[in-house]
Amino acid sequence: MTFSLSEEQKLLKDSAREFVRDRAPVTRLRKTRDEKKNGRDDDLWKAMSELGWPGIIVPEEHGGAGLGFVGLGLVLEETGRTLATAPLLSTAMIGAAALLLGGSEAQKKKHLPAIAEGKAITALAIEEGAHHNPTRVAAKATQSGPGYVLNGCKSYVADGHTASLFIVSARTSGTAHDPKGITLFLVKGDAKGLARHELVTVDSRGAADITLTDVDAEPLGTVGEGAALLDQILDRARIGLAAEMLGQAEAAFEMTSEYLKTRKQFGQVIGGFQALQHRAAKMFGELEMTKSCVRAALDALDRNDAKIAEWASLAKARASETLHLVSSETIQMHGGIGMTDAHDAGFYLKRARVAEALYGGESFHRDRYARLQGF
Amino acid sequence: MTTASPDAFRAETRAWLEANCPPSMRTPMAADDEATWGGKKFVFRNPEAKLWLDRMAARGWTAPTWPSEYGGAGLTPAENAMLQSELRRINARPPLFSFGLWMLGPVLLEYANDEQKQEHIPKIVRGEIRWCQGYSEPGAGSDLAGLMTKCEDKGDHWLINGQKVWTSYANHADWCFCLVRTDTSVKHEGISFVLIDMTSPGVETRPIKLISGDSPFCETFFTDVKVPKENMVGRRNGGWEIAKRLLQYERTNISGFGSGARLDVVDIAKASIGTDSTGLLEDRDLRARIARHKMNERAYALSVQRATEEAKAGANVSHMASMFKAAGATLNQERTELMVEAAGSRAFGWGGEGFKTDELAVTRGWLRAKANSIEGGTTEINLNVVAKRVLGLRDTQ
Repeated sequence: MTFSLSEEQKLLKDSAREFVRDRAPVTRLRKTRDEKKNGRDDDLWKAMSELGWPGIIVPEEHGGAGLGFVGLGLVLEETGRTLATAPLLSTAMIGAAALLLGGSEAQKKKHLPAIAEGKAITALAIEEGAHHNPTRVAAKATQSGPGYVLNGCKSYVADGHTASLFIVSARTSGTAHDPKGITLFLVKGDAKGLARHELVTVDSRGAADITLTDVDAEPLGTVGEGAALLDQILDRARIGLAAEMLGQAEAAFEMTSEYLKTRKQFGQVIGGFQALQHRAAKMFGELEMTKSCVRAALDALDRNDAKIAEWASLAKARASETLHLVSSETIQMHGGIGMTDAHDAGFYLKRARVAEALYGGESFHRDRYARLQGF
Repeated sequence: MTTASPDAFRAETRAWLEANCPPSMRTPMAADDEATWGGKKFVFRNPEAKLWLDRMAARGWTAPTWPSEYGGAGLTPAENAMLQSELRRINARPPLFSFGLWMLGPVLLEYANDEQKQEHIPKIVRGEIRWCQGYSEPGAGSDLAGLMTKCEDKGDHWLINGQKVWTSYANHADWCFCLVRTDTSVKHEGISFVLIDMTSPGVETRPIKLISGDSPFCETFFTDVKVPKENMVGRRNGGWEIAKRLLQYERTNISGFGSGARLDVVDIAKASIGTDSTGLLEDRDLRARIARHKMNERAYALSVQRATEEAKAGANVSHMASMFKAAGATLNQERTELMVEAAGSRAFGWGGEGFKTDELAVTRGWLRAKANSIEGGTTEINLNVVAKRVLGLRDTQ
């Protein structure tokens, strides 16, 4: 295992930081929100695609850059810093990983180049309740000729309102909550019988509930054994999201410590007050610890470590806890100005809670980590 | 040691440890008093502990990265990492616990003259001399630079008068590295760093009994103690820089306590509380808190590894010591609190026949850990250091 970055990775990180600073500052999210775009920002996605970001983990033979998970994680850290609104995690991490892990040669050939070019936007449609629960699957898949048709509902699909390709979990056998009998499917965004109910969300990114009525679908991976594949895909989603959350927390923290150095009360900067200094110092420690977990988890993916599940739960639980703390303190330490819509603090808080819960919050991952460690 | 290929080094190390680490040195320590601290007064209750120390010291592996001219093994960081992982693989106990190894040695290598290095470092490596740390005073705890122990120049020697407190194991130590005041007109710039032989006339130690029942700390009195001129490290009034450097080593080390092979909170909880049919701990609330703690421990260990790598790559990570010290103290207290909670009434023993050694160790360890956030700089002081030096938060901008 290593924490050291290659020259190529450093370069990628630096150029990503420059890009989001110039092209995707928080004001851009503010603008799309004010224009009621609900997270749609085609120009930004196009610019990211021109940089090759959607294809970072896609091998060169399929039109990608083949730069690995650490490379993608570093970019996600940077997009997290400014809350850059694009389907990067859903497509570059989740969609690409899903096809790489479960796709047939034909499926890879068909979809990976489109993903790498940014022409396809993918979304993971797996939840059927308000809480992350990958084995809670009632949606039904029935064989029909050479393929399958799906019936059911999926809730809060991130990037579901803009996706052109869905990865959907459905049941080919068994009853709800049974890990056996789950199968993953690829469903085209324009498939007949697929209805999207767009959700206007607190983080201004948007999402969708999906209803499937006799929708044509092709299996991704082995029929009936989708739970294990989904777990692998989810672990990549969790680690990628943790990277994004780390960047977000770091930026919120930097914004806050700058404020502590400039805001004056009682004739001095408030950063001189120990009540704030100690809380800031503790946050710094939490951020450093979380950074180590996120970077180690990304490295574990590149090494194809045997314990990816543990790494993912570690990274996601730590990122959720740290971002929760930092986003709350960002508001509190900014005082009244932090409560105003004119300040960016609120954007960080709103995105924080969504990201914390997405693909499993702290309690989900503590439970999972304990289980994996045998207690 | 730097010529062998990594694989050859690992293979050779593994074979040597296999042949030379005695069986009883591959079991977790049941209690703190099984540790080897060395020094002239140390009594080995287990002959294998002495064997293990002597064998490791002969290879310089008690101080693997120190230069071989002073008795170390001169290993590269990569080789040392391999050695440590091989030691962990067989659950080997540390051959030597020593303030000389953890604190004094590194600053002597950096600040001492060659005579001082030749005189003191090899004895540290071999565990022949046990050192104690004369830092805190009754009036100088968190405000360490307020120390008043007087050191006067008497021509051919220094004359020392004053009192130290919280001197860890001073009653067992052979020598003391000590901060003294050589100039009363200034604060930080009037401090010097001297080495004092504890057998010198005028040195007296009194153990302090703590809430754990142990007496790891002493009051140490210096009354007209004569110290040879050559025992000052660095220049006169130049001791504060050395003192701070040493604190960084100390903080890194205290924060590392508890990471060794010890009783595990999960084992205690499983035995004491029980598991359901699927092997999950019955108390779900405690289980979640243990899981959170385990993740924090992992995050901490990964961060130490990351800082080590970054240091190797040339980054200055010395300022991180205070962050690690504060976080490490919190972790150790969290761990020992969870162990007491998991053990239930089995952790409420104080002695006698009714409790097992392991159970008593949980109780004493929990009480001992309360000092972690006080010794070597309180958590509050360390947070101050992070806020000021790392984050740049100051009273005025």
